[in-house]
Amino acid sequence: MSDEQILLAEHIGLRVGDKIILDDCSLSLKKGELKVLIGPSGAGKSTFLQCLNLLQTPDTGSITLEGHPLDMKKPRALCDYRTKVGMIFQDFKLFDHLTAIDNVSIALKKVKGLSEKNARQRAETELDRVNLTDQATLYPAQLSGGQKQRVAFARALAMDPLILLLDEPTSALDPELVGEVLQVIRDLSSRGMTMVMATHQMDFIRQIASEIIFMEHGRILEQGNPETLLGDGIQSRTKQFYTSLASV
Amino acid sequence: MIIDVAFLEADLLPALNRGLQVSLALIIPASVIGFFCGILLGCARTFGSPLVKRAGDAFTALVRGVPLAIQLLFIYYALPKIGIYFDPFFAALLSFIICTSAYQSEYVRGALLSIRKGQILAAKALGFTNVQTILWIIIPQAARRALPGCGNEIIYLIKYSSLAYLVTCMELMGEGKVVASDTFRFMEVFFTVGLYYLAMVSVASILLHWLEKKAHIPGFSAR
Repeated sequence: MSDEQILLAEHIGLRVGDKIILDDCSLSLKKGELKVLIGPSGAGKSTFLQCLNLLQTPDTGSITLEGHPLDMKKPRALCDYRTKVGMIFQDFKLFDHLTAIDNVSIALKKVKGLSEKNARQRAETELDRVNLTDQATLYPAQLSGGQKQRVAFARALAMDPLILLLDEPTSALDPELVGEVLQVIRDLSSRGMTMVMATHQMDFIRQIASEIIFMEHGRILEQGNPETLLGDGIQSRTKQFYTSLASV
Repeated sequence: MIIDVAFLEADLLPALNRGLQVSLALIIPASVIGFFCGILLGCARTFGSPLVKRAGDAFTALVRGVPLAIQLLFIYYALPKIGIYFDPFFAALLSFIICTSAYQSEYVRGALLSIRKGQILAAKALGFTNVQTILWIIIPQAARRALPGCGNEIIYLIKYSSLAYLVTCMELMGEGKVVASDTFRFMEVFFTVGLYYLAMVSVASILLHWLEKKAHIPGFSAR
């Protein structure tokens, strides 16, 4: 793992009316790191991820990608930024009117300006990587949850993002389908993809996370590598949460 | 009633066929242009700035609120008083385009609003601009949702095109009415004119049904 910092988000804050959703959340990412956001529902994990992708504009704070500060007021800059920071959603959000392969190729054509042929080839490669070559011409309604999520990975990865944000990628899946999606994430991690993931898959986190970030009430309470937060004999809010999940 | 073949062949059908051509010349451009104007108007009323939205809503409220016959008579008989002249055909065509685009915009608006937020979020996350999102994600989905309603409006248009005779545009209804007044054969004339409209509507229904089938996507309309 190199020390090259890719993303730096500082003092991200967001309020809706009087309610504080995010309070001074910061995050820095080095190349190849996998940071995991955990915490109870309503802690602000999804919102934080959406702010990192500027799907929601934070009220305060700054974001720097590869040393370039992002101008959040420029629509053009936001679109460019989002092509570099991929997003995987809990409920997949595949385009309902497009086949699997068109879901992957449409942004290559319309956003990146690839030719029909090149976009198709690239899409085939990405679908092949997630073992969905045979399902390429099926529509989202004809795919299982796990297959849909794998198409979503292919769609995000086809854009060659520097970073991938994953918002509870396995939470909407039937238990027997979780494994195939976790395998995709494991492969990505071993290939050096930089990722931030919100998840409740605690065992998976322990094995693979570079760092755990525990959030509650819109604030980052604790952060550190799995050993320092979850190791034997350690008393931490993270561990308490971990144990409560494990006891279910 | 004995069918008078000679009357049909010599008087009625030639007149009605002439009228049918005029009717089609009204209906086809009015439905095509009206459909596209309806899409633009529907998009403006859904995605436009507050001012554009309000202007679009006001236009639609006015057009939907006033009987088409009055709009048609106003365009043909009242506008010349302020120096704007149309011949009967174009007065009818213009009023049909205005009317149908207002109704189409309502179907389009409903379909646009039905597109789930997640689809837009996913497009944004991939770096789509707002215009690209509307063009490549929202419109293709909305078009499928709007199709049954928009088709219904085209069926209406076929029938209300018969109002063109009010401004002396000699389409199907106008030609029929002249033959009827000249010959007093109201029964044969209006029965046959009715059949002509029924035939046009049937053809349109079959075409629309075919289009809906062709645009069908598994699992899409079920939602």
